[in-house]
Amino acid sequence: MTLKSSTRLGLFLLLAPLLLWLVMLIILPHADMFMVSLREKIAPRTYALSLTNYAEFFSEPLYWRTFTRTAVMSIIATALTLLISFPVSYYIAKMLRGRMKNFLFLLCLVPFWVSELVRTFGWMILLRESGVFSNALQWLGLADGPVEMLYNDATIMVGLVYTSMLFMVVPLVTTLDSLDDEQVEAGYDLGGNAFSVLRTIIIPHAMPGIVSGSIVVFMLTLGNYLTPVFLGGKDNLWFTAQIYTQFITRFNWELGAAFGFLLLALSSLIVWAGLKLSRQTLSETMG
Amino acid sequence: MPNNSQNFDLECRNLVRYYGQFAAVDDVSFGVPQGDFFSILGPSGCGKTTILRMMAGFDHPTSGDILIKGKSALNVPPNKRPVNMVFQHLALFPMMTVAENIAYGLVRQGLNKSDIADKVKSALGRIDLPTSGDKNIKQLSGGQKQRVAIARCLVLEPAALLLDEPLGALDLKLRDHMKVELKKMQDQFATTFIYITHDQSEALVMSNHVAVMNAGKFEQIGSPQDLYYNPATAFVAGFVGDSNRWHGTVERADQTGVKVVSSDGVQLLATAAGQKPLSAGTEVDIFVRPESVVLSEDPARLSDMENRIDGELISVLFNGANSRALIRDRATGGELDVALPQTGEFSTLAKGHQVHLGWGLEQAKAFAATSAPSSSEAPA
Repeated sequence: MTLKSSTRLGLFLLLAPLLLWLVMLIILPHADMFMVSLREKIAPRTYALSLTNYAEFFSEPLYWRTFTRTAVMSIIATALTLLISFPVSYYIAKMLRGRMKNFLFLLCLVPFWVSELVRTFGWMILLRESGVFSNALQWLGLADGPVEMLYNDATIMVGLVYTSMLFMVVPLVTTLDSLDDEQVEAGYDLGGNAFSVLRTIIIPHAMPGIVSGSIVVFMLTLGNYLTPVFLGGKDNLWFTAQIYTQFITRFNWELGAAFGFLLLALSSLIVWAGLKLSRQTLSETMG
Repeated sequence: MPNNSQNFDLECRNLVRYYGQFAAVDDVSFGVPQGDFFSILGPSGCGKTTILRMMAGFDHPTSGDILIKGKSALNVPPNKRPVNMVFQHLALFPMMTVAENIAYGLVRQGLNKSDIADKVKSALGRIDLPTSGDKNIKQLSGGQKQRVAIARCLVLEPAALLLDEPLGALDLKLRDHMKVELKKMQDQFATTFIYITHDQSEALVMSNHVAVMNAGKFEQIGSPQDLYYNPATAFVAGFVGDSNRWHGTVERADQTGVKVVSSDGVQLLATAAGQKPLSAGTEVDIFVRPESVVLSEDPARLSDMENRIDGELISVLFNGANSRALIRDRATGGELDVALPQTGEFSTLAKGHQVHLGWGLEQAKAFAATSAPSSSEAPA
C-alpha cells in the first residue's frame, strides 16, 4: 500500500512540470482566449455571448482573403523548402562520410545561432533599394537605377524558406541516414534508374521525415510574423499581422482572439489533410 | 584460364582494383561456365566482396576486364547488366509486399501487368510461398526472406546470380538447411550462381567450383574435392578443412618425399606439395588432416606408417559422427587433433590413456613456408 502510494506520488511529481506547462501556459490562456473570442461588446464594460466576431471574419473579404493567401503561401513555402532540402539532406546523409558530414550538418545550423530578427534585418540590408544587391547590379551595369527587391511576395517566400530550411533538413537527414545503402543498390541492380529508385525506394523510406518536416515547417510559416512583416512591408497581407493589428492597433481583442482560433483550426485542418493524403499517422511521423 | 570465353557466362580477365596504394584485388582471372555454382572463399577483407561488386557494376576495376556472356560489361551501368545480386542483408524493400518485391525488376523492364502477375505467381510457387504474395516482408521468417530475395532476382532470368554471403545473418541450423535449399533452387532455376563466403562448409557443400582467395589473389580454383585433397598452397591447406600443422626445415628431399625436422624437434616424412620445389634447408609447413591420422592402442598395427607418435589423450570432443580426440605428443608436448573412427572401438578412451598415432607419407603435405608464416587460424 505504502509502495503503491509512493510510486504514485513519484509519478505525479515527475509529471507535474509537464502538467503545469500544459495547463498554465497552453490550456488556460487558450480557454480564456476562446471565451474572449465569443463575446461581443454591447456597452462599455458589458459583454454578451455571441458569434459576431466569427461572422465578421466571413463577411469582410479582406480578412478571409488574407487568411486564404496565408494558407496558400505557407503551403507553397513548405513545398519549396522540401524541394530544396531534400537534395541537400540526401547529400549530407548518403553521399558524405565522417567529418565532412558533421561539418555540413553544422553549417545548416549556424544561421540559427543568430536571432531571427537580426537575420531578417540581414536580408533587408541585402535587398533594399540602397542595399548590397541593388548597388552591385548598378555597378555591373545590369540596372540603370536603384532596384527595390523588398516588399514583394517573392521576397517573403525567400525569407520563409530560408527560415524553415533547418526544420526540414534535420528530420530528412535522420530518416535518410537510416536508409540502408544496399536498398538503393538493390533498386539499381534490379533495373531501376535514378528516378524510379527515388520514387519507389528513397521517398517511401523518407516519408515519415518528409511529413514531420513538412508539418513543422508549415506550422512555423503559417504562424510566422517577423519575416512577412519585415520583408513584405506594410502590404504583406499575412494573417498573423492581421491578428497583431486587431490586438495592438485596434485594441479589438475579441476579433483578434477569433482570428487566432481560426488560424489554429486552419493549421489543424491542413495538417490533418496532409497526413491523410500521404497516408501517414501523426504517431508514426513524430515517434 | 583459357581465353576462349564462349562457354563462360561470366569471366574476369586480369582484374585489378586498387584503393590508393592497397591492392584489394590483384590480377584475378577466372571464368564461370553456364549453370555452374561457383564460390569464392576467403577470409574477411581478402577482396571477394570487391570482385562481386565489380561484377554487379557498383565498383570499377582499376584494370582488367569483366565479360558477361562474352561481352565486356565495363561500360554497362549496374541497372543494365544482366546479372543480379542477393545482398548480404538481402535488401528486400520493406514498404512493399512480397509480390511487389518480386515484381520490382519486372515492372522496371516495362512488362505488362498480366505477364508480371503470371511470373510472380510462378516464382512464388517455386519458392514454396504460393500464398504469401500479399504478406508484408516483416511477416516472413529469415529463410523465407532469403528465398524471396533470390526469387526477386531470378524472375529477371539473369546471366548469373551474385550472392554476397547471404547466409551470414542466419542461425546455424537455418544456415545448414538453406545450404541444401540454395543448391536445390539453383538446379530448379538452372542459373549460374556466384557465391562469396568466408564459411568453407558453405562453399564445399554447395559449389561445383571454388576459388580460394587470400590477400587479393586467387590461391587455387578447383572442385571442392580438389581443394580438400590436393591443396595447391599452404593457405588453401590451412583454410579449407581442419589440419594439424607443423613448421619445420627440410633435411633431405628426394623422389619419395621430404624429411623434415619440425621446430619442436619431431622428425616427419611428408610429400612435397605446392608449386615451389623443396630442397634441403627450405622452411616448410606440414599439414595433416585429423581423419588421416590413425589411432591405435597397439603400436604394431601402425608399423607400415612412415610417421609414428606416442601420445597421451587429453580429452575426447564427442560430436557424434564428427568426434575428435585431442592428443598430446609425449615427446614434444605438441597437441594433435585426431578424428575418432565410427566403429565405437575407442568409446572407452579416457583422459590420460596412452595411445599411438600414425599417418602415411602421402597424408602429410609439405608446402614451402610463405615469407609471412600463415598463422591464420583455420575457421571451424
